[in-house]
Amino acid sequence: MAIPVRKFDAVIVGAGGAGMRASLQLAEAGFKVAVLSKVFPTRSHTVAAQGGIGAALGNMGEDSWMWHMYDTIKGSDWLGDQDTIEFLCREAPKVVIELEHFGMPFDRNADGTVYQRPFGGHMQNFGAGPSVQRSCCAADRTGHAMLHTLYQRNVRANTLFFVEWMALDLVRDASGQVLGVIAMEMETGEVSILHARAVLFATGGAGRIYSASTNAFINTGDGLGMAARAGIPLEDMEFWQFHPTGVAGAGILITEAVRGEGGYLLNKNGERFMERYAPNAKDLASRDVVSRAMATEIKEGRGCGPDGDYLLLKLDHLGVDLIEAKLPGIREIAKKFANVDPVKDPIPVVPTCHYQMGGIPTNYRGEVVAPQSGNPEALVTGFYAAGECACASVHGANRLGTNSLTDLLVFGKASGDTMIGFLKENPGHKDLPRDAADRTSMRLARLDGQQRGESVHEVGAEMRRIMQAHCGVFRFPDMLIEGVKKIKETAERAQRTEIRDKSKVFNTARVEALELDNLIEVAVATLVSAEARKESRGAHDRADHHQRDDANWLKHSLWYKQGSRLDYKPVHMKPLTVPTIEPKVRTY
Amino acid sequence: MRFKIYRYDPDKDAKPYMQDYDVELQPSDRMLLDALIRIKAIDDSLSLRRSCREGVCGSDAMNINGKNGLACITRLADLKQPVELRPLPGLPVIRDLIVDMTQFFKQYHSVKPYLVNNEPPPERERLQSPAEREELDGLYECILCACCSTACPSFWWNPDKFVGPAGLLQAYRFLADSRDEATSERLDNLEDPYRLFRCHSIMNCVDVCPKGLNPTRAIGKIKDLMVKRAV
Repeated sequence: MAIPVRKFDAVIVGAGGAGMRASLQLAEAGFKVAVLSKVFPTRSHTVAAQGGIGAALGNMGEDSWMWHMYDTIKGSDWLGDQDTIEFLCREAPKVVIELEHFGMPFDRNADGTVYQRPFGGHMQNFGAGPSVQRSCCAADRTGHAMLHTLYQRNVRANTLFFVEWMALDLVRDASGQVLGVIAMEMETGEVSILHARAVLFATGGAGRIYSASTNAFINTGDGLGMAARAGIPLEDMEFWQFHPTGVAGAGILITEAVRGEGGYLLNKNGERFMERYAPNAKDLASRDVVSRAMATEIKEGRGCGPDGDYLLLKLDHLGVDLIEAKLPGIREIAKKFANVDPVKDPIPVVPTCHYQMGGIPTNYRGEVVAPQSGNPEALVTGFYAAGECACASVHGANRLGTNSLTDLLVFGKASGDTMIGFLKENPGHKDLPRDAADRTSMRLARLDGQQRGESVHEVGAEMRRIMQAHCGVFRFPDMLIEGVKKIKETAERAQRTEIRDKSKVFNTARVEALELDNLIEVAVATLVSAEARKESRGAHDRADHHQRDDANWLKHSLWYKQGSRLDYKPVHMKPLTVPTIEPKVRTY
Repeated sequence: MRFKIYRYDPDKDAKPYMQDYDVELQPSDRMLLDALIRIKAIDDSLSLRRSCREGVCGSDAMNINGKNGLACITRLADLKQPVELRPLPGLPVIRDLIVDMTQFFKQYHSVKPYLVNNEPPPERERLQSPAEREELDGLYECILCACCSTACPSFWWNPDKFVGPAGLLQAYRFLADSRDEATSERLDNLEDPYRLFRCHSIMNCVDVCPKGLNPTRAIGKIKDLMVKRAV
């Protein structure tokens, strides 16, 4: 049966912050752009971001994009690319001001400027401190306000949204050029080819590979799965951020803004233990540092509760007025999911999988790059990625709080602009390969025809258990080796998943099975990359190699699905215009 | 725990029916959505939307024991059994608990839900005092879940003509924004026997809003602005 083909100038997969910032550039420039999203755009996971957007506006006191750059590089434990980080920090104030002009309801100072709050790892004077107020926010609902503002601006620009469409695979021709995607309309189950001159992935992260995750159900790494199946490597997948404060048991995020506004962590003895681990920054050290400190407290028997498996986040001393003004969403979450009113009692919290630092390799223009004939940064023509699914790499081995939203705006916009340039220079559509949809059709036919197969629910649960047990905050060599073996076995099982629901209409069982295809690629990439990296850096902490090893490991991992093979490429140590920030010991 | 859930798959069902489920819950199952995910593990054909599971994305709005709400922040302990679940009322059902929200979003789009300011943007942010910014509180937090509009009889009868509480709340969000310059166009757009004035202040919207917002008050403020400009 012939699959219908629709033609666009550009296709964007994902309607979160990055996708909608990019679509705005393209739509306002008059291009025919289709934005695909599994959910209505304002339901994308950007909506859950709480604390703020990092940008050196200097509204609260002196600040500089160069300080922001230093903090980001130090936060990345020197794995971040210094050219992309310079670009991020220089552009940040511009995109935040633009967002304000779009109507973003930022909190305000008495003089009418945008209010900025302190956040972990953001310091004055090239890391010397004290902390700087750099996080531009709308109470503790910054992501919500930003996502709705971007959607609203896209409504104004008449952007064409394909709501509740799931992209299934990337289309590449024999030369490797990307020509579109295969996608399924969820309401009807119909599959189409969306033929485009340029394709942007803005599909978000895959935090659902872990059992305890702050991530939404939709965060299934679809872009990463599609890229990996199409032969594109995934970069630095061993680096996952465990956010220090997920509600114990529920996984719901409690923003770092709680600590930015003056809250702090306590162990079972009522001790403010971060003073021991980070004497200067204390509770506002980088997230990897705080999460490791918490995991150590728990491991050494100073956790709270009957099982000693969580810590307490105290904020009652901030007073009900400040909490209601700056942290109203947190009070709501704590009451609903932890049964405590933080105005009176501390919130039980535990480090929880939150953010994927790795992803599809890109440069600072949002172009996807992959090694070819000795060039580690060769362009994949027609293919772009931005946001959490991309690895630019601005976050390196550990992302600073607030830099995720900055990343969405800066690289969403930059990739949109780069695509516009490409579209202008390449006016015609290249022909689709004859077999463009074959691989996808076979995958769908296999799923629909599978008998005596595996349950999607059980294979998914097994994957999440393996990731949680074998690749968490602390990593052990034997557990990693065993984890690789187990996750590969689980990946085998994932090829035999069966769904009982065969309906064409809004078949969410089918969607979940297809999502598992993507999650499992990410899980394998993570464990294989983690097992191979014999050092500790940022969020990757190995018991047998406790130090960062710049001599051997100051390099990016690249995982290829074909043969589950690893390759490496150099970190970009040279910024665009300023001197290199040389690696040094990282303390807070 | 016992559930009675509305089922309808146009691919195979001639008409909708209610299906009984009896599920064993785990101590970690706190919210209605947790139970629905347990049910889906047993019966993968049960269809619903869900994403953030913390009440911010607005996906899993449904009618729960007769009242609209979000499954992910509705506590199981507070629900009377059997828990009766139906799709949001007043919108066409696509399948099971999934409704077609086209009409709802059409009304949202009809209020021009974006900032209008045709002055050339300044180099820096447009200034707004904390008091002016406070005017947006209770408005911008809307998650577009449609609990309110689909609890409103005026919206049921005239979903094509009455904007509905969600759309009107957003209409007021921009009227209330000190940076917006389109007040008179926005009021013109609502000056109509249906678009705004079908609201009879019965406050179903306030009663069901999972975010504790008050569309009726916002609608009242729009009406005040209309009166002010008439005199």
